[in-house]
Amino acid sequence: MSQVVLTLRASPAIVVDCSPLTPDRLAGKSAATIAAIELQSGNRRLPAGDLFDITGESGDTLVIRNACNKLDRIGAGMNGGTLEVEGDVGAFLGAGLVSGTIRVSGGAGAFAATGMVAGTLHVRGNVGDFLGAAIAGDKQGMLGGLVVVDGDAGDRVGDHLRRGIILVGGNAGDYCASRMLAGTIAVRGRVGALPGYAMKRGTLLLAGAAELPTTFNDCGTHELMFLRLFARHLAGVDAAAASFAPHGERVRRFVGDRANGGLGEILITV
Amino acid sequence: MIINGVTIDETFAEAFGMRATRLIITAANLRWANHAANAATGFATSVIGCGAEAGIERELSPDETPDGRPGVSVLLFAVSGKELAKQVERRVGQCVLTSPTSAVFSGCDGEEKIALGKNLRYFGDGYQISKLFGSRRYWRVPVMDGEFICEETTGVVKAVGGGNFLVLAASQMQALLACEAAVEAMRKLPGVVMPFPGGVVRSGSKVGSKYKALSASTNDAFCPTLRGIGNSELSPETGAVLEIVIDGITEADIRQAMRVGMQAVCAIGAAGGIQRITAGNYGGKLGKYHFHLREILA
Repeated sequence: MSQVVLTLRASPAIVVDCSPLTPDRLAGKSAATIAAIELQSGNRRLPAGDLFDITGESGDTLVIRNACNKLDRIGAGMNGGTLEVEGDVGAFLGAGLVSGTIRVSGGAGAFAATGMVAGTLHVRGNVGDFLGAAIAGDKQGMLGGLVVVDGDAGDRVGDHLRRGIILVGGNAGDYCASRMLAGTIAVRGRVGALPGYAMKRGTLLLAGAAELPTTFNDCGTHELMFLRLFARHLAGVDAAAASFAPHGERVRRFVGDRANGGLGEILITV
Repeated sequence: MIINGVTIDETFAEAFGMRATRLIITAANLRWANHAANAATGFATSVIGCGAEAGIERELSPDETPDGRPGVSVLLFAVSGKELAKQVERRVGQCVLTSPTSAVFSGCDGEEKIALGKNLRYFGDGYQISKLFGSRRYWRVPVMDGEFICEETTGVVKAVGGGNFLVLAASQMQALLACEAAVEAMRKLPGVVMPFPGGVVRSGSKVGSKYKALSASTNDAFCPTLRGIGNSELSPETGAVLEIVIDGITEADIRQAMRVGMQAVCAIGAAGGIQRITAGNYGGKLGKYHFHLREILA
C-alpha cells in the first residue's frame, strides 16, 4: 500500500492550517507538487515543502511525523483514506471529516471532530476543550462518525452534539454533553461539574458515579437492551472502540435536562 | 415417472413474482419469540385474502441474532413493495410490539427499504429514542416492560410465491401423514415458508367461479366427492388430495424445497397409500416461474 510521509522539520512559530494535507487531496500528486501546496499560517502562506520533508508515493495513506501542537486543522474535511499522525496536533483535528480514518499517537487541541460527518477519529493522548462540539455560531456540533480518545478530554465534550459516538477513555471536564441534541457519549473515567447541562436528547454513558445537575430526574435502574447493540457495534469497529463496550446492560437512568424540557439521558453503570 | 410406486405427473407448478422481507424477532426466550412470530405470521396464508403470505423460516440461537437473545426468523411475502410495507407495519405493530420482551430487526439487505420501526416509533409519543450504530438505526420505544427495540427499516427482495405440489392418496389420513412428513423436511431448508396451516392446504382452487363475485373457487377436478361428475382428474382409488404451497426467496429455494418435500412423500410411497404427485398451474400463461416436477426429481 503506497503512502506519502510528511516529516515536520521543526515546530513552526505560529500555527499552520494543515487542512490541504489529506490523503484524498494528495492522491496522485508528486512530492514536488505536494511541496508546492501553500498552507495558511497567520497572515502568510507557506509552501508545504518549507515545513515538511516529503517522501513516499501518494496513495490512500498519509503519514505526518514529528507533528506538534502548532499544526491545526489536520484532516479537516478529509474524504477517504487513512491519516496517521505521529506526535501531538493542534486545534480542529478532523473538523468536518467526511469519511476515512485519522489516528493520532499524541494529543490534540480544542474543537477536535467539530462538524465531523462520518469516519473514525482516534486520539491516543488527551484532547482539549470542545471535543465534537459546535464552533461559535454553529447550531450543531459533530454530525456523525466515531471518535475515540484514549486519554482525557477537556470541558464541553459534545456540546451541541447532533449525531455520532464519542468515547473518552480517561476523564472528561465540566459541562460534558452540554446542550447535546442526540448521539452517544461514553466516558470511562470521571466527569467534571454539571454533566448534561441543558441537554435535549442523546445518551451520556458513565462508568461510575457523578454529581449530576438537580434538573436530571432519577428514572431508576433498568436493563437496557440497546446497550448490547451498542457493545456489539463497538466490538465490530476495532479493538480501541471494543474496549469501551459496556459489560452489562444494567444502568441507572437519569433524564434531563428538565430545566429546558430535555429528554436526554445519563446512564450510570451499576 | 414412478418413484416407489408414486406416479409423478408430467406437469409443472406455476409461481409468481412477489416481494419479500425477512424479519428477526427476538425475545427473552424462544417461547416468547415464537409467540410474537406466530402472531405476526398468523392469518397470512394467501395474498388474496390476507394481504400477505408469511411463515416462520427457522429458530435462531442467541449467537445468530443482533441482540444476542434467542430469536425466530420470519419471511413475509406480498404482491408489491407497497403492500408489503403496509403488512409489515400492521403485523409488527399489532403482534411484535405488543409481545412481552420482544425486539425486531431486519433480516435482509435489499436495495429497496420499507419501514419497520420508522413509523411504529410514534407509539413512543415523543419519548422514543433513536440510536444510529454504524449504518443501522434503531428505535427505543418505551413500553410497560421496558423498551421495545426495533430497527428503522428492513430490506425488500424480489421473491417467488406459489410453488406447489399436490399429493393424491388413498385416504385423507394417508395424504395428511405424507404432507406432514414433507413439511417437516421442507422446514429444515432456508429461504422458504409454507404459509398454510401446518404447511398444508386442502382447499386448492381454480380460477373463476359460476358466481360472478368470486374470482376463484374450489378445484372441483381434484375433489374426491365430485369424482363421478364433470372433468375429474382423480382415479376411482383416490380418496383425498392435499396441497403444499411454497413461497421462497429465490427460484432455487423453491425448487429445492419441492424436491425435498416430494422425496419425503415418495419415501412413504405406495405402501403408505400415496398414489400420485401433481401440481397446480394455470396453463403456464399467468406465472413467470414454472417448476416441472419430473425435472426437479430427476
